Amino acid sequence: MAEPLLSVERVSRRFGGLLALDAASLSAPAGRITALIGPNGAGKTTLFAVISGFLKPSAGRIRYGGEDVTGEPAHRLARRGIARTFQIVQPFGGISVRDNILVGAYLRHAARADAVGVAETVGREVGLGDLLDRPAHTLTVAGRKRLELARALATAPQLLLLDEVLAGLNPAEIRDIVPVIRALCARGIAVIMIEHVMQAVMSLSEHVFVLAEGRIIAEGSPAQVVADAGVVEAYLGRGAAARIGSTHAH
Amino acid sequence: MKGPLLIAAVVAAFAAVPLFVHSNVVFNFLVVTLLIALAGQGWNIIGGYGGQYSFGHAAFFGTGAYVTAILQMRYGVNAWIGFVGGIAAGAAVGAIIGGLAFRAGLRSSYFALVTLAFAEVLRILASVAPITGAGVGILIKLDLRPQSFQFQSRAVFYLVILALVAASLAIAQTLERSRFGAWLIAVRENEDAAMALGVDATAVKLGAMVISAAVTAAAGCFYAQYFLFVDAGIAYGPWISIEALLTPIIGGAGTVFGPLVGALAVKALGEGAKLWTGDVPGLDLMIYGALLVIVVAFAPAGLVGTLANVRERAARRLRAPRKGRAEAARG
Repeated sequence: MAEPLLSVERVSRRFGGLLALDAASLSAPAGRITALIGPNGAGKTTLFAVISGFLKPSAGRIRYGGEDVTGEPAHRLARRGIARTFQIVQPFGGISVRDNILVGAYLRHAARADAVGVAETVGREVGLGDLLDRPAHTLTVAGRKRLELARALATAPQLLLLDEVLAGLNPAEIRDIVPVIRALCARGIAVIMIEHVMQAVMSLSEHVFVLAEGRIIAEGSPAQVVADAGVVEAYLGRGAAARIGSTHAH
Repeated sequence: MKGPLLIAAVVAAFAAVPLFVHSNVVFNFLVVTLLIALAGQGWNIIGGYGGQYSFGHAAFFGTGAYVTAILQMRYGVNAWIGFVGGIAAGAAVGAIIGGLAFRAGLRSSYFALVTLAFAEVLRILASVAPITGAGVGILIKLDLRPQSFQFQSRAVFYLVILALVAASLAIAQTLERSRFGAWLIAVRENEDAAMALGVDATAVKLGAMVISAAVTAAAGCFYAQYFLFVDAGIAYGPWISIEALLTPIIGGAGTVFGPLVGALAVKALGEGAKLWTGDVPGLDLMIYGALLVIVVAFAPAGLVGTLANVRERAARRLRAPRKGRAEAARG
């Protein structure tokens, strides 16, 4: 089997006395949606920050596209094709939606006309076509999530890290955005998504990694993972799996 | 009217002034106003577009002024070459201060304090070093010939500073429409988000700092040629740091015309108040302070930005009824 586009090998990250990531390993193949789930405080966003170069790992290696990219700064990894969205949306509030996306588009297109063309295409693709002239700070939560996605896509990534893009959206909005994410995969982009909306995880991803207290405690297909006793305990507390099992038995 | 056309029209209007006005008092006022507008445009590039509020642009203004004067008086260099040398030296100081501050990751008030400290250190050094004339300062020899960058007529000086301001407006306009400018604004709005999109924030800020320093240094070079005297208090004094940041903030930070509009507003009010009250010392500073408070409290986008916002809101109100109908039809 060919090497996956991204492989995170036993990465640890320490904040003072707190070990936020403890030898976590994960891989993501091109053209697939990989999900990363886990209870609050498990270290999911920290792992994203390490993969995208915002934090340096305390130990371990990250290989991307066959090269060791451990510890490279964020802007250089973006140039290599790693894009991320932020869990807490970070729009460039003072400028228009078009100019927000334009910043991403400039990464691969130096000429303004080309970059504006890319920005507008991407904007329409994620459903912001009518809002391109609006200042970004006037967007709704759903709009801001789309904008995060649009900016990341405008950099023409090969690996896209989505940090809870569905959180805070209503079911109709989720229904609108899911096909957009599917379409990315069809183009050959590797997607890793952190998600709490389990319905979306189950329907979108083929492979799930479960992170708890900084460690990957399970991986496999969505069905395998939700049946895993360790995963249930990580979410609901020690002994929960057994208790659930016994109530089922009665 | 937008962009380059508007710049051309404004510059043409200013250039027409000598056709109608021959008063030296008026020229003096306009030259000083444009000088401040030029220094302010320098600040605007790193402060307005880049969001890095420098409190020490005197470091660049003073370096421009001193290097122009020193090259001429100590080394006999031609004034025009001295002028270019002053701009280059200012840019170099910008690269050093920017390199140290941005590499160390200093943001907002820490960056402001460090730039202020650099300007003050330079002021103190200049007030004791022999090469800068220490406490006495440097007089540039009177030599009213164009090849020494000195002119009989104030009108010519006025046109020279107008040309420099025009160039600075063109720089700001080009920046706004360029990739570099988009990255700089992205860094101002949110540095982390910009980095996630492949922007090398440190390099972008450093580049902007060098351009910014060069533009403000040009104002310093012109000051030396116009007044033919430089000392530490003038060149590196806090007055120029303050005026360089005040005028763009009042006029509209991060806009092409903000510094020019701000300089006109501030200087006109200052001079007007002096005429009215008979030159009370320190009055202009009080007016600057009051104006700054008013602008920051009620029009944080500055005069130009507020005007643009009002216009946009009016345009949206005109569009709104149509959109409302369309939505009603859809619903």
